[in-house]
Amino acid sequence: MKELSLHILDVAENGISAGADRIEIEVIEDREQNRLQLVIADNGRGIPRDQIDRAMDPFYTSRTTRRVGMGLSLLNAAARQCDGHMWIESDVGKGTRIVAEFVHDHIDRAPLGDMAGTMISLIMGTPTVDFEYRHEVDGSEFVLSTREVKAASGGRQITDPEVFQYIMETLRTGEKRLTEGG
Amino acid sequence: MAKMSIDDLKQIKEKTAKETSLREGMANIKITVHMGTCGIAAGARDVMNALMDEMAQTDRQDIRVVASGCMGMCSSEPNVTVEKEGEEPIVYQHMTANKMRQVFRRHVLEGEVQTDFALAKM
Repeated sequence: MKELSLHILDVAENGISAGADRIEIEVIEDREQNRLQLVIADNGRGIPRDQIDRAMDPFYTSRTTRRVGMGLSLLNAAARQCDGHMWIESDVGKGTRIVAEFVHDHIDRAPLGDMAGTMISLIMGTPTVDFEYRHEVDGSEFVLSTREVKAASGGRQITDPEVFQYIMETLRTGEKRLTEGG
Repeated sequence: MAKMSIDDLKQIKEKTAKETSLREGMANIKITVHMGTCGIAAGARDVMNALMDEMAQTDRQDIRVVASGCMGMCSSEPNVTVEKEGEEPIVYQHMTANKMRQVFRRHVLEGEVQTDFALAKM
């Protein structure tokens, strides 16, 4: 994967496949501490204890459409190649929380990339799931909650053209402002 | 497009409540973007974003977009499946943002299957 935001999209899709109806995504960039942290938390069915260690093995998967499972192993590799690390916290029946930490200015750290594109894909691809997104850069933050958007629009569907135009616009301008420091 | 604020959303709220969830009920065209690890690595996110831009420019209420997982045909990713009621589903392969725009405008809106990009009928 060329961008960390693609890993986020991929890992969040795992949560959706695990039956989650709420997914929290957090990106924290702290250049003073030289740290970048990603958190993807879902309320899906969770990973049984005996499978957590195997979840990072590319030759293990619980799926049936193909014999390998690359998602988490790729994120783990992306973190380790820049002196970072990744871990999995999971409770069966409660959900899974994936945390990955990176050295912010490491030469081998993939760029974060298009977070707005990732969130638009997630929200529009599965409008029935609630997404709580937070991106922090050196103390400034951008937050988007699909639950709040739904409430503010009087319970309209995310797929309503005016609602999804609002979400696309908000994400693109919000991310742009945050990353350009404007 | 003009910038929207949360107040605009509240105005939307005041429009007739009847419209709500019409889209779900009437959808008879389904576009699936396959977003497994393989699809994402091959560019499915750009395809999905191009599709959402196209969706934003049409008033059609009968089209539903969904993301799904890997179909098991990883080497032909990004894959997009277009299902129209009463027609055989078409799976497109090696999609890009531009191919997605073409499939949306010609196949989804006008009914002309883009056989050059098609992988299979299902």
